[in-house]
Amino acid sequence: MPVRLYLNNVGKSFTMHLQGGTVIPVVKQVEFSVNAGECVVLGGPSGAGKSSILKMIYGNYRCDEGQILVTVGDEIINIAGAEPRRMLSLREATIGYVSQFLRTIPRVSAEDVVAEPLIAQGASEAEGVDTARALLSRLNVPERLWTLPPATFSGGEQQRVNIARGFIAHYPILLLDEPTASLDAANRAVVVRLVEEKKEKGVAMVGILHDQDVREQIADRIIDVTGFAAEAA
Amino acid sequence: MNAFQAEDPLLQVHNVTRYYGDRVGCLDVSFDLWPGEVLAIVGESGSGKTTLLNCLSTRLAPTTGAIEYRMRDGAMRNLYQLTEAERRLLMRTDWGFVHQNAADGLRMNVSAGANVGERLMAIGDRHYGNIRSIADDWLGRVEIESDRIDDDPRSFSGGMRQRLQIARNLVTRPRLVFMDEPTGGLDVSVQARLLDLLRRLVADLGLSVVIVTHDLAVARLLSHRIMVMRHGNVIESGLTDQVLDDPREPYTQLLVSSILQV
Amino acid sequence: MNDTAQIYDQGEYNFAYLDEQTKRMIRRAILKGIAIPGYQVPFASREMPMPYGWGTGGVQVTAAILGQDDCLKMIDQGSDDTTNAVSLRGFFEKTAGIRTTYETSEATVIQTRHRIPEKPLTEDQVLVFQVPIPEPLRFLEPRETETRKMHALEDYGLMHVKLYEDIAKNGHIATTYAYPVKVNDRYVMDPSPTPKFDNPKIDRMAALQLYGAGREKRIYAIPPYTKVKSLDFEDYPFEVQTFDKPCGLCGAENVYLDEVILDDKGGRMFVCSDSDHCEERRADGHLGPMAASPEAGQFGGQNAQETAR
Repeated sequence: MPVRLYLNNVGKSFTMHLQGGTVIPVVKQVEFSVNAGECVVLGGPSGAGKSSILKMIYGNYRCDEGQILVTVGDEIINIAGAEPRRMLSLREATIGYVSQFLRTIPRVSAEDVVAEPLIAQGASEAEGVDTARALLSRLNVPERLWTLPPATFSGGEQQRVNIARGFIAHYPILLLDEPTASLDAANRAVVVRLVEEKKEKGVAMVGILHDQDVREQIADRIIDVTGFAAEAA
Repeated sequence: MNAFQAEDPLLQVHNVTRYYGDRVGCLDVSFDLWPGEVLAIVGESGSGKTTLLNCLSTRLAPTTGAIEYRMRDGAMRNLYQLTEAERRLLMRTDWGFVHQNAADGLRMNVSAGANVGERLMAIGDRHYGNIRSIADDWLGRVEIESDRIDDDPRSFSGGMRQRLQIARNLVTRPRLVFMDEPTGGLDVSVQARLLDLLRRLVADLGLSVVIVTHDLAVARLLSHRIMVMRHGNVIESGLTDQVLDDPREPYTQLLVSSILQV
Repeated sequence: MNDTAQIYDQGEYNFAYLDEQTKRMIRRAILKGIAIPGYQVPFASREMPMPYGWGTGGVQVTAAILGQDDCLKMIDQGSDDTTNAVSLRGFFEKTAGIRTTYETSEATVIQTRHRIPEKPLTEDQVLVFQVPIPEPLRFLEPRETETRKMHALEDYGLMHVKLYEDIAKNGHIATTYAYPVKVNDRYVMDPSPTPKFDNPKIDRMAALQLYGAGREKRIYAIPPYTKVKSLDFEDYPFEVQTFDKPCGLCGAENVYLDEVILDDKGGRMFVCSDSDHCEERRADGHLGPMAASPEAGQFGGQNAQETAR
């Protein structure tokens, strides 16, 4: 299977100017690749830098050292140092991100929140909303909530809305940031199934999953991030 | 939506510098703005963000530097070499400017309908019925009731005035809109509504926007890209979430850490 | 020495009050105004021996164009013998010693405040208007720097905003006087506070029209036979006022009428605003429904006050 994502010698540290310029090293010499149809899970204790790696791939954190290469069609793009609009276009069509937390937007209904990425990829509004409803239904979000803005939903409901939003569109690369944390068994099973479907479509995934059970079901490979630990400067 | 795939920038800013006597307004600012892109300029009062906005929108000539804009015919033109007639036509058709204080952007002594219709009349629309129905449609889009069409903006609340100002600017389907603290001075719930409305309109119309704000939450919600200004310099710029979640410069870190968490 | 310059003994006025250099300055402004129809030409307006608002602009224009052989008619809101008309006629009789008349057709120069005679004017006549506020955009845009730019750039959308407001608030264009016009497809112009009833007369008028605003220091002009279009909307075209009754004294229809209060019991009548026109018709034997009434006699259609505002 072709390589979709390749991290080469990636390093990251934070300089805290408000704390006297303390440099906090996060990771260094991160190197791994992910193939199409493969789900790689990042392992290691909290604070090891799993989340930072995911955020660097999504362009949310800057990548200080090394290269993060993604394949888009015939092109190989280095996310480290990509222009903002290149990054935005990657996020629209190439890299998806499923996180635990929903940044709610006032007055936008749950089904519209979910449908948005699909519509952004060119689907019609009707198609987007239909697909969104199907997903919300699979994730057991009560139908009466679909047309309401998720700001007032419970934490679990918001999380499932966000999972639906993360899975609705087709991205060749999908990043999973604890998508199953605090979900009940039934909904965990749905997420596992969604991941399986993505694999069948050849999506390359990188995930952080603390849930042992889910991890065993979906991980093709586990990469221990502690190997990339950067010692304090 | 191909907002991030457009080939050519809409606005190109080259080394724009503005001095006020010996004092620096903004210094050596360069960037490109693409169609459909929303750029937030953030920074504290006096950081030069409004000076820059005024330079970009031809309201204040830069001391040095050049600003080019892609006209509807595709040609790049230096804004400060346009004739006054061309500049005005641009400002009332292809551009919008949303002021912080709605009274600066509205005619307070004529009705809401006339405020929205003015640009149409300025470009030669001479059919009262058409002008009125277009104005009515736009009032609806900014959530102002039809029965307020003949009321003066003086009788409107702050939020309504701001929405009316937006309708007045968007009626000619501009491609580029400048906004100067559009939510400043509004209370929080009114702000949220206005932001949501702006977010939708910007996305639906594929507008390019340069928005000046000191409110990082506004920048996060509306903008794709952010420029942080301090003492007239752009000290940091990039993807909005990258700059806000991984701020690099000491001043940006200070700004981000100063946001009150709710 | 030209034909209006005279050497008088000490204590007497130069012909038509103004000195020759001032007249030349005003004539230059007039010529420029004629060359650019509808454009407001700034001029160095002089202090006149009458208050602002009494027609100092019109008086200066008249003084600058009068010759020894001219015959002058003075109109104040259509009438030849109300205070303003009498005073200004007296002024020129005294300072220029020229012939004056009430009759429209006899006059070569007609200075008017707020009316145009009903009788069509000819190429041999000049009509001088007294203008209080020459800038048609003023009430919408208070900055002179801005209104000048708007004229320069033909940026007249604002003028229609005013008409839009009229229709929105009244259901029709409610502006009845100082109704804005576009001159020669170029400049938007305020035809001074004449009723819009007179606007069609301005269009392609045979006589030269000169407008003088003394306090605001502006002169503008419409050369003979110039196209003058009253602004309007496609679906709300320009219309003049109509009166459902003829003149009470002379029976004239399709003329501009003034309302005259006859007593304190609600008695009133409508008579020609153009007093010369009315008298001429009555002399020709035309009689209106009120002509015989004793109350009407005391007015004779000559002290009429304009009420159509």
